[in-house]
Amino acid sequence: MTEASMVIVGGGKAGARAAVAFRENAWKGPVTLISDETLAPYDRPPLSKAAITDDAEPQPTYLLDEGMMASLEVNFLRGAAATAIYREAKTLALADGKRIPYDRLLIATGAEPRQLLLAGSERALLLRDIADAVRIRNEFSEGRNIAIIGGGFIGLELASSAAKRGCRVTVIEAQPRILMRGVPAEIATRIAARHAEAGVTILVGASIAHIGPDKIVLSDGREIAADIIIAGIGAAPRFKLAEQSGLAIENGIACNTYLQTSDPHVFAIGDCCSFPHPIFGNERLRLEAWRNASDQAIVAVENMLGGQRQYEAVPWFWSDQYELNLQIAGLPHLGASVVKRVPKDDALILCHVSAEGRLMGASGIGQGNSIARDVRLLEMLIGKKATPDAAQLADPSFPLKSLLKS
Amino acid sequence: MSQWIEVCATDDIDDEDVMRFDHRGQTFAIYHSPDNKFYATDGLCTHEKVHLADGLVMDNIIECPKHNGRFDYRNGVAKGAPVCVNLKTYPVKVEAGKVLINTGA
Repeated sequence: MTEASMVIVGGGKAGARAAVAFRENAWKGPVTLISDETLAPYDRPPLSKAAITDDAEPQPTYLLDEGMMASLEVNFLRGAAATAIYREAKTLALADGKRIPYDRLLIATGAEPRQLLLAGSERALLLRDIADAVRIRNEFSEGRNIAIIGGGFIGLELASSAAKRGCRVTVIEAQPRILMRGVPAEIATRIAARHAEAGVTILVGASIAHIGPDKIVLSDGREIAADIIIAGIGAAPRFKLAEQSGLAIENGIACNTYLQTSDPHVFAIGDCCSFPHPIFGNERLRLEAWRNASDQAIVAVENMLGGQRQYEAVPWFWSDQYELNLQIAGLPHLGASVVKRVPKDDALILCHVSAEGRLMGASGIGQGNSIARDVRLLEMLIGKKATPDAAQLADPSFPLKSLLKS
Repeated sequence: MSQWIEVCATDDIDDEDVMRFDHRGQTFAIYHSPDNKFYATDGLCTHEKVHLADGLVMDNIIECPKHNGRFDYRNGVAKGAPVCVNLKTYPVKVEAGKVLINTGA
């Protein structure tokens, strides 16, 4: 009989955090981490920001380096593609023919940038890994015309980074405004204004007719000079491996609240999975967020080792553009009304309150970390299903922390 | 030759709160614990050099505002990923309603 083994597919934030979590939970058996990248797990948030703007050639910020993996006795298989899960035999197949038996399998394959489907779109660069970031950075020299297709987080962070490097930047967004998905209009307006101040042109409601060798032509005839084109039009969950092995799929690998897939021996976490959220009426969510990847790893690992813990962390993510920091906690779209909190002159927090008075979401923007503490407290209140008084939310001198203790 | 440096009055920091203190090019975080004691640590998170004074104090824990790294500010101990390097702490004393720290410099 072979020793029970824990196997993780995916060497990003979620997979790396899970590898550590097995040891934190005193699991003594084998842990294997399989990554299709050749580098040890590294952090992705800097790829659209510091990796582009820093003067020095970007180096990966390792989440787990060789030394840590050795001391944690994590068996790391790099550059390895998992091709099939033989669920009856509880065995994972790799492209090189290797067979990896597992007792429990964790899928953390992430998401990948959506491809632009237009004539000429092979010119468009995508950003997922550090090699992409290095390539983009090397193209961002002063005075070049950069066209970014997509006014979401990746596109706008790259626009901010390109502007810092002295490029001439145009962002082309098909929707009527930037950040349509998940960011309230009032906050998106502030971000758009900051981009304008930096000289970035944002074109909204713009549809692309075709991409030429040095320009993009819009349907209304406008032409945008484009030495370099980057597409940031969202990400698609990577679930081919799960789907081919017959696991249930529902906008990603379908998990229950324990982050278990339709096969009780297989779990999934991070950008590749969807799950019902207990504190939001079991609304099924799929989150592409750094903290979610990490928090889900901790819960899934506990459950893989026999625990019974629901995942109920409040969704939270951030974006940094210029000196601005944007944060969203909870699910703003579930709010029926908005209470404004202005902690400082140039900071704004919107509290999204349901018709029943429950705090469902908080979205904020400010310089540096000026909104961080309030948004963190609001996030905790969301997690407690709190029904705070609107006047207290609106009063910046009222300590939100006192509501947590009541 | 280490010296005690006056930081602030004891009532300048609320209970269970933190304040930034800069001195001679160094930045510190000064804490007022729920049991009415004062503590001092380096001002920047050991993970990505973010000012901890923008973070949240809950009981004896300071949480970094950027990535939620957590430290026990009484002894500087990192409480798990993403932080793994402890914070340096500094001696603190209260005299005549003032908070003083010893930076060892």
